[in-house]
Amino acid sequence: MKGSVRFENVTKRFGDVVALKPLSLDITPGTLVTLLGPSGCGKTTTLRLIAGLESASEGRILIGGQDVTHLSATYRAVSMVFQSYALFPHMSVLENVGYGLRVKGMPKSEVKARAEHGLEQVGLKGFGERLPSELSGGQQQRVAVARAIVLEPEVLLLDEPLSNLDAKLRRHVREEIRQIQQQLGLTAVYVTHDQEEAMAVSDRIIVMKNAEIAQEGTPQDLYDRPASAFIADFIGDANLLDVEICRSGQDTEIVLLDRKLTLPVQSAATGAAQMVLRPHDIRLERSPAPDRLPAKIVYAAWLGNTVQYTLATEAGSIFVIAPPQADPFCTGDTVYLAFDPQKVRLVTS
Amino acid sequence: MQRTAKLWLLIGLAAYAVLPWYMVPGGFWSFGWLQAWSADARPALVWALGGHAWLLAPVIGLLGAALALATTRGLALARALVVSGALGLLLMAGQGLAILGNRARFEALDGLTQPGMGAGALLVAAALLFILTTGISGLGRGRGDVFITGMVGAIVALVGVFVFYPMSFILIRAFELRGGAGLGVSEFLPRFLAPDIWSIACLLGTGYCGAAMNSLLLGLATATGTTIMGLAFALIFTRTAFPAKRFLRVLTILPIITPPFVIGLVLILLFGRSGTITEFFSDAFGWEKTRWLYGFWGVWLAQMLSFTPIAFLVLIGVVEGVNPSVEEASQTLDANRWQTFRFVSLPLMRPGLANAFLLGFIESLADFGNPLVLGGNFNVLSTEIYFAIVGTVADPAKAAILSLTLLSMTLGAFLAQRTWLGKKNYATVTGKGDSGQHAGLNPALRWACYALALPWALFTMVLYALIMFGSFVKLWGYDHTLTLEHYRRAFGIVVRNGVHLTGSAWDSFLTTLTIAAIAAPLTAAVGLATAYLLVRQKFAGKDAFEFSTMLSFAIPGTVIGVAYVMAFNFPPIELTGTGLILIIVFIFRNMPVGVRGGIAAMSQLDRSLDEASVTLGASSATTLRRVILPLMGPAILAALTYSFVRAITSVSAVIFLVSARYNMATSFIVGRVENGEFGIAIAYAAVLIVTMLLAILALQLLIGRRKLRRADRLQAT
Repeated sequence: MKGSVRFENVTKRFGDVVALKPLSLDITPGTLVTLLGPSGCGKTTTLRLIAGLESASEGRILIGGQDVTHLSATYRAVSMVFQSYALFPHMSVLENVGYGLRVKGMPKSEVKARAEHGLEQVGLKGFGERLPSELSGGQQQRVAVARAIVLEPEVLLLDEPLSNLDAKLRRHVREEIRQIQQQLGLTAVYVTHDQEEAMAVSDRIIVMKNAEIAQEGTPQDLYDRPASAFIADFIGDANLLDVEICRSGQDTEIVLLDRKLTLPVQSAATGAAQMVLRPHDIRLERSPAPDRLPAKIVYAAWLGNTVQYTLATEAGSIFVIAPPQADPFCTGDTVYLAFDPQKVRLVTS
Repeated sequence: MQRTAKLWLLIGLAAYAVLPWYMVPGGFWSFGWLQAWSADARPALVWALGGHAWLLAPVIGLLGAALALATTRGLALARALVVSGALGLLLMAGQGLAILGNRARFEALDGLTQPGMGAGALLVAAALLFILTTGISGLGRGRGDVFITGMVGAIVALVGVFVFYPMSFILIRAFELRGGAGLGVSEFLPRFLAPDIWSIACLLGTGYCGAAMNSLLLGLATATGTTIMGLAFALIFTRTAFPAKRFLRVLTILPIITPPFVIGLVLILLFGRSGTITEFFSDAFGWEKTRWLYGFWGVWLAQMLSFTPIAFLVLIGVVEGVNPSVEEASQTLDANRWQTFRFVSLPLMRPGLANAFLLGFIESLADFGNPLVLGGNFNVLSTEIYFAIVGTVADPAKAAILSLTLLSMTLGAFLAQRTWLGKKNYATVTGKGDSGQHAGLNPALRWACYALALPWALFTMVLYALIMFGSFVKLWGYDHTLTLEHYRRAFGIVVRNGVHLTGSAWDSFLTTLTIAAIAAPLTAAVGLATAYLLVRQKFAGKDAFEFSTMLSFAIPGTVIGVAYVMAFNFPPIELTGTGLILIIVFIFRNMPVGVRGGIAAMSQLDRSLDEASVTLGASSATTLRRVILPLMGPAILAALTYSFVRAITSVSAVIFLVSARYNMATSFIVGRVENGEFGIAIAYAAVLIVTMLLAILALQLLIGRRKLRRADRLQAT
């Protein structure tokens, strides 16, 4: 189907280094899928394999149902927005945007019309005669997007497109990219190492680690049902506490330090595991109770809309984000941690 | 893949059926072959059907490719193309090497003859090669890019034919047994180990040293001297407030555009037995006139003058490359300027110093002009090779053995430089702007640098002034009346019934300029294309590819000249006596510098620029033309300038390859020097220096202005 991307056991080796273990994935047309992961996890390699900038060591790559494994980048119906934008410094903005159309042999007048339309789509009408160096970072970024979309690619690839922008501009530009993608109904593959950015723009997220897929799903799936400690920690902040599962099933019985707790969550196997506690889901109380964990405040930071605490407990250091209080705790105070068993997740380590 | 393969198939078949297969008298472009089409200039098809049946061999590859294109698709087609292309090339090379000019290599083929390959053969070979590379790209190599695999194939083929093929003749000649009894070491070893090569008698004070020992000692002395001198100049440039730096810079360029012999010549006129300075000291102090200049010290002095700029150019990059922050850090840690230099800066420059040393060593070994003029009884390998070929007793086997000796020394230095230094680069130039300042030199060191470099600079200046002066006097040393006689004899123009170039130098001068002008863009193209492949593309065997393209840098000109004479004097590739062989020798001798410059420039262009172009649907060829070349102005300029200048000043390889019809300026000058016509020689050299300066300026204006605009544009990004 037009706009779909499919990997069938694709591997990539650079000499002895395995950049991608056998990887299979399916991307539905019209969706924005993010490849997320720490640096060196293989996400950029995956993107470059789709683009044809790297060739697969093994396996098959299909775009729009057609086998493109041995097709060079020139002939693939994909275009790419680069981290550095890669605008041609010796061409004007309009020449940059029209470049792909021109090298395809389109008549000059039509190239110009389409390139101008492309610039309009990204809100840069009238900037065509400038040189890339005469634009701000955000504007250059939008030129790069316009240059990629005027070709009406089956798949739009974005390689960390926001990493050269400052924090405030990033939020604005990522919304724009998402809007353009949805308006044009483009399939987009987006690479980032910023989980917040990934959550904000994606239909689906593919989290990668050590050259393979760690977990795949919608942003909410990943946040609510992390499959591993790595995902739990990577998607949103998480406190990971070592526990022992003694009875699995509908209700799970666990031992945290020497306390026995019953949680209304499913778990597969008994044995060593980790309990995921989101910083927002922890309440700090002044009075002890049997299911509350005593803790000492090591560090408190007042950020206006929240107060962030670092606590020392017997189970290790714990990070808590609390709503602002009239009377916040101070460093050295002893507090008691309380949490809603419903919101606890268990992952195997 | 299919379209490209079909296109080359058609070209190959057309060339096979229509173009003259063998070399035609008068050259292809004279189109004289159109008349002789049925005689000498027959195409391969006609030859093959009329007696030269072996010429059916190459067409097998073409027919195989045609069959594959008609019957298969996809991977099977790609494999078939690879096989038929390779088979065609092998068969073609096989028939060419088996049936040589007027004899056959094997007894079974006795009586068969054929002339050297010509235009038809060239195109058929190209067609077969590109059918092969197209097939390789179809197998998914080189990211499936026909253009890239084709380019790699073309460069490999060119380097193979014009570097490795001729060099193999040296090897064969060195090991050949007398009377065509095959190959062996029984004659090679005693000749190779002979005392006239390796004797160390001069060190023991009992006679003359062998040529290899002389070369080695001279190389070490020159390398040491030029490295020290280059460092002094580099330090003055970067670490002092010396006022006339610009002027010094010009002095460092001058020796590069000076034809060989000229420095030696001026040294003779100054320090020779009847030289100006010798006379002066003899008159004033009664010193004895000696011939000290004709020997080790004279050659060493001339080489110091010629090669110090090279050491300087290497070292200034390294000295500038030391991160100023490191020096500042040292000073904040309470080290004084001397300690900072001694313990921080100097160790960081060590790889650069070693690099300059090895380059000086290689240049000194390869140098031909200076030892020829000043050597006297001091024999070095490069001149011995020359005399073994052109001397009274021509001894090609001796030339081959000496070449092999010289080659193993330069290759050894080249390999040492690459393996030992390749990975060790302490130069700390990062993309980030380092705002720090280099620490100044402490006074003692500064004065030491001045004391070393400034008299040297003055000496160089005086020499060049004398070149100009000497070209205007009647007979230097004897009759100093000013005259234009030399210029008139060399470059006289008579205007009578039109313009007549009556000067004796015009012929070689115009030939030199034409050949240099043709060779320069080709050299730049081959060099930059190679650099593009090395920096931007990934393919199997890239390391070997890089090594083989850089190899010709380590092959001394004399050796390559001898190799060309041995290899291209008879079919299958018969080029001696043509202008083409001069162009080719320049391309492959000067290519490594184009490659290096290209690599440096291309490394500064973000790779994502070409990736962006390619993902936008541009082919590699379009990307190269529209994106990379426009951004590479300065590198192109440098490559063009360098190859143009080198083509004009080169002598060592050329001296074997010139012919009456295609004489070059440098070999013309050698002839004048040998005849003792110093005035004309110097006048000619002065004209060449001015011509090269003008050419460099013109190139700067032509390409340089675009470069400035680009630079402005780039700066703001």
